Amino acid sequence: MTTQDRPLSPHLQVYRWQWTMAYSILHRATGIALGVGTLLLVWWLIALATGPEAFDTVQAVVGSFIGRLFLFGWTFAMFYHLGNGIRHLFWDAGKGFELEIAAITGHAVPVSAAVLTLIAWAIGYAVA
Amino acid sequence: MAEFSLPANSKIGKGKSWPAKTGGKNIKKFNIYRWNPDDGKTPQVDTYEIDLDECGPMVLDALIKIKNETDQTLTFRRSCREGICGSCAMNIDGTNTLACTKFIDDVKEEVNIYPLPHMSVVKDLVPDLNNAYAQLASVEPWLKSKTPPPPDKERKQTPEDRRKLDGLYECILCFSCATSCPSYWWNSDRYLGPAVLLQAYRWLIDSRDEATGERLDNLEDPFRLYRCHTIMNCSKTCPKGLNPAKAIAEIKKMMVARQG
Repeated sequence: MTTQDRPLSPHLQVYRWQWTMAYSILHRATGIALGVGTLLLVWWLIALATGPEAFDTVQAVVGSFIGRLFLFGWTFAMFYHLGNGIRHLFWDAGKGFELEIAAITGHAVPVSAAVLTLIAWAIGYAVA
Repeated sequence: MAEFSLPANSKIGKGKSWPAKTGGKNIKKFNIYRWNPDDGKTPQVDTYEIDLDECGPMVLDALIKIKNETDQTLTFRRSCREGICGSCAMNIDGTNTLACTKFIDDVKEEVNIYPLPHMSVVKDLVPDLNNAYAQLASVEPWLKSKTPPPPDKERKQTPEDRRKLDGLYECILCFSCATSCPSYWWNSDRYLGPAVLLQAYRWLIDSRDEATGERLDNLEDPFRLYRCHTIMNCSKTCPKGLNPAKAIAEIKKMMVARQG
């Protein structure tokens, strides 16, 4: 047998999920979600420039239950990506690498993102 | 490009069961990855029952007991059995660590043992480390200095400069960190990985080394250094309690600093 026939040892299949990797992949996922959500924003702006009928269509889609659910997810993605982005800023300055600190800041991001999302929507419904 | 699933020749099947010989009460199951280059089969997981009353406290004790008493074909690397040689690094209970410093009792259920993740397997728990060693050589991990050494004594450092090497010199190059890193899984052909980058930083920060500029030139690359996305699996898994993620961040800072 040659070395070409050697198997690849299992990786994702056996590696136990760590909060480290979970928060990292969630950062990337929320980044992608923000990109997709921005397309929705562009659609909304184009409709705004096009006229009342086009705008009504967008409002109907976005205002529907599914639309609101999507916006809710987008809001969470925004707050998560923002919070974890701040974490990355500190890391870039060489700070917050001690495992205990990184764990605290890591856990704080999804929790604060959830709270901020709820507050944002509460304000939204209160104003509207 | 990231391949999330295993290639066909690497899919893992169910293997043999090796029941405990003695009827002890304190039986624990060890599920161990097996692959033999000579039998033409794909990898499998064999299950060995061990009487913990007849076994030492560490996972390595169990592996050695299996090899001595049950199955001589079980293949793994080990040497010092005290966490200083780095030979017995493997994936135990889902994370990478040294078999010799991992307590069996720290694993709640059955003990699952695999080779270091996303590596080419030579046999059983022995991964091919040639690429990792070549990457280590590429950062030239030795003192490079144009100033000749003092004729009759060593090159001296202040205690302060010496302290900068703490948390770096202790690395035993077991590659637990590199093989815990998803970024290294997907890009080990070009990304140096946490173990090698920690070594690179160990020489970058050494007050006696005079090759800082060329060392940084060598690392200034979208892949070699910058595939680190601060996932921090490396620091989470290091069996010596070191922090490769921080070392990599310090290299990135040096890159920015030298741009003025």
